[in-house]
Amino acid sequence: MGSMRTIAASEITKAVRDLYSTCCVEVRPDYKAALEKARSTEVSPLGRQILGTMLENYKIAETERSPMCQDTGFPVVFVEIGQDVRVDGDLKDAIQEGLRQGTKQGFLRGSLVRDPLTRSPNTGDNTPGIVHFDIVPGDKLRLDVLAKGGGSENKSRLYMLKPNDGIDGIRNAVRETVSLAGPDACPPFVVGVGVGGTFDKCAELAKKALMRIIGSSNADPAADKLEKELEGELNKLGVGPQGMGGSTTAVAVFIETHPVHIASFPVAVNIQCNANRHRGIDL
Amino acid sequence: MIRREGDFVRVTPPLTDEEVLELRAGDPVRITGTLLTGRDAAHRKLNDLIKANQPLPVDLKGQIIYYVGPTPPKPGQVIGSAGPTTGGRMDSTTELLLRAGLKGAIGKGERGAATREAFQKHRAVYFGAIGGSGAYLAKRITAQEIIAYPELGTEAIRRLTVEDFPVVVINDAHGADFYEEGRKKYAVT
Repeated sequence: MGSMRTIAASEITKAVRDLYSTCCVEVRPDYKAALEKARSTEVSPLGRQILGTMLENYKIAETERSPMCQDTGFPVVFVEIGQDVRVDGDLKDAIQEGLRQGTKQGFLRGSLVRDPLTRSPNTGDNTPGIVHFDIVPGDKLRLDVLAKGGGSENKSRLYMLKPNDGIDGIRNAVRETVSLAGPDACPPFVVGVGVGGTFDKCAELAKKALMRIIGSSNADPAADKLEKELEGELNKLGVGPQGMGGSTTAVAVFIETHPVHIASFPVAVNIQCNANRHRGIDL
Repeated sequence: MIRREGDFVRVTPPLTDEEVLELRAGDPVRITGTLLTGRDAAHRKLNDLIKANQPLPVDLKGQIIYYVGPTPPKPGQVIGSAGPTTGGRMDSTTELLLRAGLKGAIGKGERGAATREAFQKHRAVYFGAIGGSGAYLAKRITAQEIIAYPELGTEAIRRLTVEDFPVVVINDAHGADFYEEGRKKYAVT
């Protein structure tokens, strides 16, 4: 038997707590850099001013350790567990406890209701977060926490296209989603696109795509080319910062693909707003 | 009260019909004075009362409602982060409040055609604030008080005192839409 590495559940709780509360006050550095760059390329004077306000907002949030946005999101946690890791304690409970403590530590807003049919009660501590598990080789445990705002999530879409709709089908889906999202979803956006898999897998791919670092290339040259073309097309829509008009609608488009059924062509488009909150750690 | 001053229009509620008509889509506005708050749950409750001919817990006449659900304040803070939520979610519950005398709403995002018409018909305006900038906007809020539905927590109706609160007129009482104008102006075809 190979040697197992033991990680205490309490260590996972602590990590999730800090990732969640910190991501709500510190915007992703790559996203901030993208807005700083956009501030010099944005054609609308009001758009430049709005980008300036967003950057000032990040500064206030970071200095005062106050949430950058009052919607502190639906916590989404991606967990990659090395197959040589043994968790001492209950892993699922440890993650939810981390979100609970992070909500308290960060003075976050309780934004989840227990029952979607009656819309009550508010769980008060942003649990239960959505958790995606994956098993990978090795003895590390990777945690990524996203605080996903409701406004941009509401404007995300899933299309069950036909195989012959081809690349243009993807283009139209992305353009339509971003155009309909407009000012409601708080642009400038990062756009996560899932292509392939099943109905459920495709949406997960789109969410996962949001975690990629802005400026990084897609390992698949065809997808990389499409990402850059789409970003250019989206910035011609005129939506602009906060939807008040301009040339900065999306600062990145990221595509994640998965093998697909011969009869199917699902495309999911997940929108990330300017309160871009995500942090990860390797334990 | 409204007053044009330099690049801004200064607004202090309550507003009259005549004052509302002076506001134009795209006007940068600074609000000083008091705002009411309310989002989905409070709107549902107010609509139920109006439909049942019951008195409201708050006088809407001439007032501006801010669609916001703030984060809890940290020690020493007046209010936590307090940016706008999506206005379109209040579309189905807005007209009755306008009938009760509401003169303005602050949110982010587009309103439906029927709601835009209702703003026009009742001589009211929809202002847009910058979504996602809750820490920045909280700095312009100097006091808060819960005045109805404390059981709703973040969704309770509050009275906020604001100073130079920055918004832009999106839908004016003449039917113009600043989001639409902005997009048209900068779209590359």
